[in-house]
Amino acid sequence: MTNNPNKVTFYESPPRISEWRRFWRVFLQRKLVIIGLMILLILVITAIFAPWLASYDPYRGDPYDALAQPSAKHLLGTDIQGRDTLSRLIYGARMVFIVGFVTTGFAATVGVTLGIIAGYYKGITNMIIMRIMDALMGFPMIILALMLAAILGGGIQNVIIALSVAMIPGYARILHGLTLSIKENDYILAQEAMGSSGRRIMFTHILPNSLPVMIVLITLQLGTLILAEAGLSFLGVGIKPPGAAWGAMVADGYKYLTTNPVLSFAPGFAIMLVVFAFNLVGDGLRDALDPRLRGLL
Amino acid sequence: MAVIIVILVTIMVFSAMRLLPGDPLEIFIGQSAGMGQMTEDVKEQLRHEYGLDKSPVIQYFDWIGGVLRGDLGRSITYRDSVGTLMAERFPITLHIGLVAFVLGNIIGIAMGIIAALRRGSWMDSLVTMLSYIGISIPVFWLGFLLMYVFGFHLKWLPISGYVSPFDDFWLSTKHIIMPVICIMITGLAVIARQTRSSVLEVSQQDYVRTAWSKGLPERAVVAKHILKNSLIPVVTLLGIGIGIIFGGSVLVEQVFAIPGIGRLLVTSVFQQDYVVVQSGVLVISFIVIMSNLIVDISYAWLDPRIRYG
Repeated sequence: MTNNPNKVTFYESPPRISEWRRFWRVFLQRKLVIIGLMILLILVITAIFAPWLASYDPYRGDPYDALAQPSAKHLLGTDIQGRDTLSRLIYGARMVFIVGFVTTGFAATVGVTLGIIAGYYKGITNMIIMRIMDALMGFPMIILALMLAAILGGGIQNVIIALSVAMIPGYARILHGLTLSIKENDYILAQEAMGSSGRRIMFTHILPNSLPVMIVLITLQLGTLILAEAGLSFLGVGIKPPGAAWGAMVADGYKYLTTNPVLSFAPGFAIMLVVFAFNLVGDGLRDALDPRLRGLL
Repeated sequence: MAVIIVILVTIMVFSAMRLLPGDPLEIFIGQSAGMGQMTEDVKEQLRHEYGLDKSPVIQYFDWIGGVLRGDLGRSITYRDSVGTLMAERFPITLHIGLVAFVLGNIIGIAMGIIAALRRGSWMDSLVTMLSYIGISIPVFWLGFLLMYVFGFHLKWLPISGYVSPFDDFWLSTKHIIMPVICIMITGLAVIARQTRSSVLEVSQQDYVRTAWSKGLPERAVVAKHILKNSLIPVVTLLGIGIGIIFGGSVLVEQVFAIPGIGRLLVTSVFQQDYVVVQSGVLVISFIVIMSNLIVDISYAWLDPRIRYG
């Protein structure tokens, strides 16, 4: 036990500095958070400027140049159809963003609404919503998404729907718990005493007060989501060819593991890097937004 | 409560499988060579054999009734009972899953404790870094990496397949090393992170300070005061771990060509063999829900604040 327990300082009340300043100080103080933000920034730039950054068409290859080893011409080599791996990776970054943000948008909106409603109205509403969420959570996420994707068929919009449904219960459960605790506050009681409607209390008081938790949750869930999307593409129910999904690229490259390992290593590494970045930033946000750490950090 | 959830799960799985595009029978006929010119009468007979001519509600109760009697239905593709198919594959997934579960939890808890007790040291940084990688790595890609290094290059381990430990224990162990690593990595990382933060939190409690100040040796403080209290929240994660293992088995069994339940599910989804999918998913979610229930109960039992509260 090298950690000295007496080192912790307790304040009677938090020091009076602006919440924003404290947030940025704690958030940007960490090297890991900066690394995460930089990875994400690079990814955003890559996705936006893909046509300018990629030197080859990601969908059409040169059959005479199939399965080329990494060289100055093709930095990461080419696949069986002669398509440039680096260009496909660059275009794949767009896929990550489209699927990531649209899915999170859907899942968070529905999940948060259901969670707050279930937490605010106890009784039968709570019971129905939360039991359905529990049942959805009984499926391992990838199995649920696989089943849904099989029902809907592949394609980007169906992958988004399948993943959204699979992600909803996570948001609902956390927001349900959070609503229960926010509801205990006196300001909610005051609102009720003033005769505010349930809807008004839920959306103008409970929702803003749960924002910090939501932001952290969304960032961390984006990582999980990208892994799940990659898993679906790997199994072959994800984005249909010729779309450049990183997970599918890993699966396609597998056949040439002995001769062209980079075909499968490069996209897998890209997936890991992005998920890693979201996790770093999410953890940083959590520590910076956690009111319990106020005064300690 | 768990019963209601399981019933909801059965309804969801059942209706989901009915929404699959296409008639399962037509697909089966289309897939089997030489059966293309089947007459309507034979089709009708097959339809009757699989109960597809009845209304969905009756089909649902037929299915549930069968499940309760231990009859999981008959696979359309394999023309075999789902019970038999599962009985062949389940022990394989269970073997790998159990080894991964036990190893992952032990290593994860140990890593978390070491990181927290030596906070700020290189060991802490290493554990933190490894657990970040563990939660970020796509498990199927890790599988390929391991396969490439230990299978193709070093030729230490067989790259695919499965051998029962009762036939050849050592060969079987060699076969499952890579799959076990892939399946346990996520759970291990999650457990290590939770253990680390919960040990750190407990170390700051007043009763730990009291234990130090009355001059107890480090071993006693750590084992009796810190660990006992900090592992309670870790227990909640064990239930989640079961889900991660089954989810992981879907991907990992595909990578290493292991004939387990995960691979059966994936193939059946593609062949639209809905009887297999609905019963397989039901069995998995039943196990996940039951393990969460056990975790909830043991949580209350382990934490005196809840037990007496």
